[in-house]
Amino acid sequence: MRFWIGAAVWIALAAGVAVFAKNEYVFFATYTVLMFVVLATAWNILGGYAGYVNFGTPAFFGLGAYTGAVLYKAFALPLGLQIVAAFVMSGLLGLFAGILTLRLRGIFFAIATIALVVIMETLFINWRYAGGATGLQLLRPAPLWPFQSYITMLFMVMALMVVGAVAIARYIERSWIGRGLRALRDSEDAAECSGVPTLRLKLFACAVSGGLMGAAGAPMPMYLSFIEPASTFNLNYAVGALAGAMIGGTSHWIGPVLGAVLLSSVQQVVTVTISNEINVLVVGVLLVVFVVAAPDGIIGFFRKWLSSK
Amino acid sequence: MLPLDLLFEAVLFGILLGCFYAAVSMGLSVSFGLLDVPHVAHPAVMVLGSYCTYLLTTVGLDPIVAGVLLMPPFFVLGMGAYRLYYEAFEKRGTEAGVRGIAFFFGVALIIEVGLIVAFGVDQRMVEASYIGSSLRFGDVRIPQRTLVVFAVAVAMTVVLTLYFSKTFTGRAIKAVAQDEPALRLMGANPVRIKQWAFGIATAVAALGGAMLIIIGPVEPNMDRLYIGRTFAVVVLAGLGSMTGTIAAGLVLGISESIVLIHPGLGASWAPAVSFALLLLVLGVRPQGLFGR
Repeated sequence: MRFWIGAAVWIALAAGVAVFAKNEYVFFATYTVLMFVVLATAWNILGGYAGYVNFGTPAFFGLGAYTGAVLYKAFALPLGLQIVAAFVMSGLLGLFAGILTLRLRGIFFAIATIALVVIMETLFINWRYAGGATGLQLLRPAPLWPFQSYITMLFMVMALMVVGAVAIARYIERSWIGRGLRALRDSEDAAECSGVPTLRLKLFACAVSGGLMGAAGAPMPMYLSFIEPASTFNLNYAVGALAGAMIGGTSHWIGPVLGAVLLSSVQQVVTVTISNEINVLVVGVLLVVFVVAAPDGIIGFFRKWLSSK
Repeated sequence: MLPLDLLFEAVLFGILLGCFYAAVSMGLSVSFGLLDVPHVAHPAVMVLGSYCTYLLTTVGLDPIVAGVLLMPPFFVLGMGAYRLYYEAFEKRGTEAGVRGIAFFFGVALIIEVGLIVAFGVDQRMVEASYIGSSLRFGDVRIPQRTLVVFAVAVAMTVVLTLYFSKTFTGRAIKAVAQDEPALRLMGANPVRIKQWAFGIATAVAALGGAMLIIIGPVEPNMDRLYIGRTFAVVVLAGLGSMTGTIAAGLVLGISESIVLIHPGLGASWAPAVSFALLLLVLGVRPQGLFGR
């Protein structure tokens, strides 16, 4: 119950900002932060609960973005339907990737997901209708009522998507699905022997995680008014999602949220004040420091602090 | 289908390219193949080696000499890196998997951005007498630098194979890969042996970096392209086999060069080849060509 009150407060807050903030840049920057919250939360379903390291975030994110862009170009579909379609497409890709990598664990799974990124990028580079290597310019439609500008609307969409993604992750974490995933993370064989349907759970986690990443990607072409393969399938999305979850802590749904907010806020500040290169360096250093020194992330600190009182 | 002379040319270049891929994968074949360290930062270390080679050539050294000179400092660097990895992850035992991979991923990023900050995003290349000239055999022109890389790759394979089969330490490294607890029971210290082996892997990666910059211009984020290639070669080889690494390099090189030269496919499909091959191997024969 407290969770839903929190979610309602968050939506009200976001709506308040959307009505009163005048500076467009606020939305522009916050949108990215919120997007990384969704990506990190989605990553954590597979990476945190089930222990499968996924470097393939850009593949799912990019497929979602291209699904949105192509549907918009072909049928001028509204944004809501684009997001639903992106969720379905990337979910199917997740399912497919899961079936393909059934026997792979650990580093082999991680490398296979990098493969997925390269193969998706190659496919879209060679698909002329979707713009090929040069990309596709898109004209934004007029924003829906009550929004003043399109970027405000996208901001609100992302704020809602955060609630959706976190609610799904929280449900998975607390239900038997989450318990099953944690069991297969600790020992897949032992879990299988104890009657946990490891195969179905793994595929489910792959599909939901991928689908959410795709949904987070769907508004991206509208956000930039442009889409092209090299930046859409950039490994930086994989880093952001993974680092957000690892820095925040992977054992609780709040971890990726905290981690992603912290990480992308720092990144936004660094990008503006110093440079774009240093901002990637910040991610790398934070990631290494956290996995070495604070294995349980920010929520690990909180737990220690609570138990020491 | 391809005409025969074109196919011949593709196979010829594939062999040269394949030896190059084997040369750049050799270090990973030790660190990941033998030691089971999820070294995703291997290509980044290699690119670092390329830039160090570049720096040394600006003071007038030959790139191969520079690559060899870089091996001792990289050896020490590798020993240090393994120590850190061991203290932080392997020693704690459980659940090193996810965080270990994330650790090396972070290291790769740091190297990449460090290079961008130090050198900018522009491409760098080296000069030498054998770079730019080519030999003619009938209608086929072969760039001399690919022959140089070919020779170095073969030499590296021979030296490493001899090292792992003839010397005491080399055999100890193989032993630690095969059965660590048994080695511990024999009174040897597996951590020190692994540290030594990781040093070798890093030194070999530095030489691989020199090969990389001899073959063509290098840019800081090039490692992303080589994650797939090097891992494809090592997995296809069957973890840790040096002869297998050459064979797997050849398979990758020839398939990539056929795709490259094929009129219906071309250059934009080439990067996907290594990954498709990798997925195929992992799906069909996970133990690789020369698996243990």
